Amino acid sequence: MKEKNPGLLLALPSIIVLFLCFIVPLLLVVLYSFQQPYSFEISADFSLLNFIDFFGEEYYSSLGWSVLLAFLTTVILFLLCYPCAYGMAKVFPKASIWITLLLVMPIFVTSNIRLFGWTLILLKGGYLSYLTSWIPGMENAEFLYNFPIILMGMVYIYFPFMLFPMELGIFMVDDEAVEAAIDLGASRWQVLKEVELPMASAGIFIGSLLVFVLSLGAMVEAQVLGGSTVVPFADDIHHAFSFQQNWPLGSALAVILLAITLVLIGVVLRYVDLDKLLGSRAKLG
Amino acid sequence: MKKKRVSFRKPLLAVYILSLIFFLQAPAMSLLVSSFSADKYFRFPFEDLTFRWFIEMFQSGGIRHAVANSVMTALVVMIPTTVLGFIGALAFARFKWRGRGVYQKFLLLPIFFPQLVLALAQLLLCNYLKINTSWIVAGISHMVWMLPIVTMVIAIQIYGFDKTMEEAAYDLGASTWQVYKEVTLPVLMLGIVSGALFAFLLSWSDFELSLFLQGTDQMLPVYIYGKMTGGFSPTAPALSATVYILSAAALFIPFWFLTKASN
Repeated sequence: MKEKNPGLLLALPSIIVLFLCFIVPLLLVVLYSFQQPYSFEISADFSLLNFIDFFGEEYYSSLGWSVLLAFLTTVILFLLCYPCAYGMAKVFPKASIWITLLLVMPIFVTSNIRLFGWTLILLKGGYLSYLTSWIPGMENAEFLYNFPIILMGMVYIYFPFMLFPMELGIFMVDDEAVEAAIDLGASRWQVLKEVELPMASAGIFIGSLLVFVLSLGAMVEAQVLGGSTVVPFADDIHHAFSFQQNWPLGSALAVILLAITLVLIGVVLRYVDLDKLLGSRAKLG
Repeated sequence: MKKKRVSFRKPLLAVYILSLIFFLQAPAMSLLVSSFSADKYFRFPFEDLTFRWFIEMFQSGGIRHAVANSVMTALVVMIPTTVLGFIGALAFARFKWRGRGVYQKFLLLPIFFPQLVLALAQLLLCNYLKINTSWIVAGISHMVWMLPIVTMVIAIQIYGFDKTMEEAAYDLGASTWQVYKEVTLPVLMLGIVSGALFAFLLSWSDFELSLFLQGTDQMLPVYIYGKMTGGFSPTAPALSATVYILSAAALFIPFWFLTKASN
């Protein structure tokens, strides 16, 4: 080491920015959540009424819907992305940067715009109903406004968030270990279960965490594609803040969401070595 | 036996990946085709085709204003985010120091938080401090959310950086500054440029943070959202398709040059 170690100094600006513009606002939300309902100012008059409202007003049912949607989205994306990420990392490594760009680039287009594209495909008189119009009983079919379509929308929106970390994870799989397992007579399934998945687990965990947590706080997919068939939890939070003008209630609901999120992040990040995961691509040379 | 399975697996995977690309890009095709419909109500196949919506789009003052706001915000935010991201990435990936593990996890937090909650929290803070929301406030919130992403993009590049190259330069008698300028920065350029590009595009495409924090400086995604929801407006698909294509071009063209340059 020739130079002195400036790590903390270099990290400091980011830490300060995140503290002032991320931690402080969230602490304010926590403060608001313990205020009297419908108050706009912070006072010493603390109350637990907002959290009692969470149970009394059955907000837990929309939380339940959000958890179910988030869980299904994560499972489907795991199954959908694994073969793709595997192919990118191990079978087509030369084309992997272009495949990655093609699959990840939609996150650089506002999700509303992309979901709008989907509604034109799925609505009555849209592209899909044109394609299915020759099937008896499917003339003028409408594919919007139901639970499976909301789920598809979420799978679509969060796809890149699973794919990219997973690809990094699969770069960590040691080809020699795979070959050794095959030489020892392991079946394809055994190789996957005993060698590949454990070695790629860091990327899989990060991808799953991202997808689960983001879809737990999602709102637009259900609004745009689902009409009002499902009201996700984030919609309740938004509603409490904007239409009800009940900031303390909205804050309390947000705090519940944040608490779940924090616990999940804490559990997953404990088991993930970020240095290895983010450095995995580099090892290829 | 093993060889046969491999040769069978490759085309199958290729077809699978291609169909996923089709799924991911389907809305783009839908938007583009829809922008040429001259009909009052959306129904495929269209009765009449037109180019009108594209022309109207370029004449609209509202759109021009929203584009100007979005581009200005994205440009202004891109610079500090990339600078902070670069030095933050050095602390993330290159130097071993006490507290680095905590820093790495702390830095990741904003990506894992729902944007809606982040936006509302920042709105509460603005209200508490009596700050008027504006493009600057929206820009700061973009920065908070993008900083982890930009830092990681650059960090990935740093992990792949071969330190022996720097040491060789030192051995040849180069000064610290020379080594940074001649060796470190050029090698990390791919990471820095893609970090800056991501920062620009993520700010340009953000909707949720802008919606709550933009104040009267309407951003393009919020403008388009208004066009989409306030009854079917025939300019909405044309505008959306244009934004989609512009964003794709802004990503692919620089990357094409970057990969060419690094080969």
